[in-house]
Amino acid sequence: MKPKMEFEGLSARLAGVFKKLRGKGKLSEKDIDEALREVRLSLLEADVNFKVVREFIAQVKEKSLSAEVLESLTPAQQVIKIVHEEMVELLGGKAKPLDLSGNPPAVVVLYGLQGSGKTTTAGKLALNLRKSGRRVLLVSCDVYRPAAQRQLEILAEKSGAGFFTMDPGTDPAAIARGGYEKARTGAYDVVIFDTAGRTQLDDEMMDEAARIRDAVSPRESILVVDAMTGQEACKVAQAFDEKVGLTGIILTKIDSDARGGAALSIAKVTGKPIKFASTGEKLEDFQVFHPDRMASRILGMGDVLTLIERAQAAFDEKKAEELERKLRKKEFTLEDFIAQMKEVRKMGSFGDLLRMIPGLNRMKIDVDIDPKEWSRIEAIVNSMTPLERRRPEIIDGSRKRRIARGSGTQVQDVNRLLKQFFQARRMMFQMTPEKMGRLRLP
Amino acid sequence: MSLFDRLRSGLKRTSSSLREAVTSIFTGGRVTQEFLDELEEVLIQSDVGLKAAMALRDRIQEENKKRNLKTPEELFGVMEEMVAEILEGVSEPLRTAPSGPTVYVLVGVNGAGKTTTIGKLAERWRGQGKSVIMAAADTFRAAAQEQLAVWAKRTGSTIIAHQSGSDPGAVAFDAVRAAISRGVDLVLVDTAGRLHTKGNLMEELKKIIRVIGRELPGAPHEVILVIDGTTGQNGLNQARVFAEAAGVTGVCITKLDGSSKGGIAVAIADELGLPIKLVGVGESADDLRDFDARAFAKALFARPE
Repeated sequence: MKPKMEFEGLSARLAGVFKKLRGKGKLSEKDIDEALREVRLSLLEADVNFKVVREFIAQVKEKSLSAEVLESLTPAQQVIKIVHEEMVELLGGKAKPLDLSGNPPAVVVLYGLQGSGKTTTAGKLALNLRKSGRRVLLVSCDVYRPAAQRQLEILAEKSGAGFFTMDPGTDPAAIARGGYEKARTGAYDVVIFDTAGRTQLDDEMMDEAARIRDAVSPRESILVVDAMTGQEACKVAQAFDEKVGLTGIILTKIDSDARGGAALSIAKVTGKPIKFASTGEKLEDFQVFHPDRMASRILGMGDVLTLIERAQAAFDEKKAEELERKLRKKEFTLEDFIAQMKEVRKMGSFGDLLRMIPGLNRMKIDVDIDPKEWSRIEAIVNSMTPLERRRPEIIDGSRKRRIARGSGTQVQDVNRLLKQFFQARRMMFQMTPEKMGRLRLP
Repeated sequence: MSLFDRLRSGLKRTSSSLREAVTSIFTGGRVTQEFLDELEEVLIQSDVGLKAAMALRDRIQEENKKRNLKTPEELFGVMEEMVAEILEGVSEPLRTAPSGPTVYVLVGVNGAGKTTTIGKLAERWRGQGKSVIMAAADTFRAAAQEQLAVWAKRTGSTIIAHQSGSDPGAVAFDAVRAAISRGVDLVLVDTAGRLHTKGNLMEELKKIIRVIGRELPGAPHEVILVIDGTTGQNGLNQARVFAEAAGVTGVCITKLDGSSKGGIAVAIADELGLPIKLVGVGESADDLRDFDARAFAKALFARPE
């Protein structure tokens, strides 16, 4: 079941604003303001903290007022580009790995609110590091939540890491010291400390977090944050940063449909990079964080810039123009389809590609073609007459049987290809010139 | 401590309470267009959602036309009243079975606080001399059963658990059966945390609920969606999908002892009409409270202690 999206993506809204401005020629500051109001609302809906939104918008506005944007024929793209770039920059630019340098064991401590996913993250991080051949020790300093220690022990078993904890009556800082000793004498490369969930308002617990830090002098102090967190994310991150000195963030539960504005808020207020993202229930569902993808997600705009880049890299300009001309004239033949498929195959699956297009990204699209089927498709098309390729509507039962025989396939295969073609053509024709225009870089 | 005081306590060190924010932008002592725009943004800050924020803004504008609002106090009065109306409009107490065992199923995303809420609910019923069975239907997460077992021991409840990885529907089935045959008063079914985006896991939930209903007509008497109070606008998506899939009858907002005031409750009541039935305002058992719309609305706009 796909949950309904509550809000329109930013790209749709911006397209609306700029549609009104179309043909106006040069844009004014007021026009930009109007566009940025949409950006602002969109960010607020994505749970970006409102103070962060204000600062961010001010930054974007300054850049948007450059002559380049105002005089551009495609201001919408320019503004989106600036917003996107600024956001990627804020989210940490290029993904940053964990710092595990220096004398082993490298110490990583995980902090966070209750239920943010620290224990599961500890297991996932352990597995991730195990895969790169490191010896990992997991230490549970959570003596409060019932069975938290046992949970980490099970995750240690599953991820092939060592495990250490002490009786729940023990001071968590003492457990941390014990864990560090075990990691040192046991020749572990990395030791990961799981701490109890705590709200930043609880002084006693925050002091405890600082004592754990002092006991093990971590190289990485990581805040684990639920991607669904709302406006409070800022205060939480700030408080933890002040108390224990964060070095990075891990974002969990991004397999939810949350837009994840909390990520931006935290990156902005702490200036600390987001290092990993947790993407599912399984221990393997854990990835290096990609600021660019997160930016697109926060903007609710699909991965349009990636699409543009990939399309640019793969399509040669002339062919693209030719295709555009044909689409405008609503001509799209099987030959074009095959030519397109060849191009598209350079970029990944057709379905993926279409899903990246704003507006199409929520439609159910069933045009993906199994790579194994590719040669069969080519054989089928090669067995058609030129007329059939140009006007596939004329292909009736007897023509289908002939084509199937000629290509060594079944009539069902021919039917399937034709169905895919008609589906793709329908979709192509739904793409108005404006939509086409938005696919091209300014 | 009253619910209001408990809810307010988190505000004492958060410099930017909603109240302060609104006061700081209400500079001219007059409701202007500019103020209304800023008000909307400030309201969004409390996670009440864009729709409720806009409605509150409109109400302020309307009231201002009628009686010229001049002080922040008047503004808070209007907004508090409106939030209370929204919440009270769908308010409803927890249901219980007229006879035989009462069954509550707790559902929600990972880390929302389902198991802890079960522990607190059990403590409440046990305190009234009632018998409780806990069903460990979270057979997925590592040590989830152990966590529930600790709560069962603490509260003197019985726990029904199968092996890790076994069918959660079967656990619920056994628990309900046991409750009927032993004449137990309350069954609390702990389900695995699941993101609402996982269709197969939502199907699993439907099955658990179906199994319970077949075994005991009228059950479950409540399907309680547990939502972390720090959740942002995604809480709405959670509530919508869980309501559709599992027939949620009430919501419990947890972790309101943090700096978040749980504005998402307003969005959920306003846009989905789901009643908020419980709130978690701290670690101890009596920190699970019945929801009180008035106290909640007051706390949302409260002055820091």
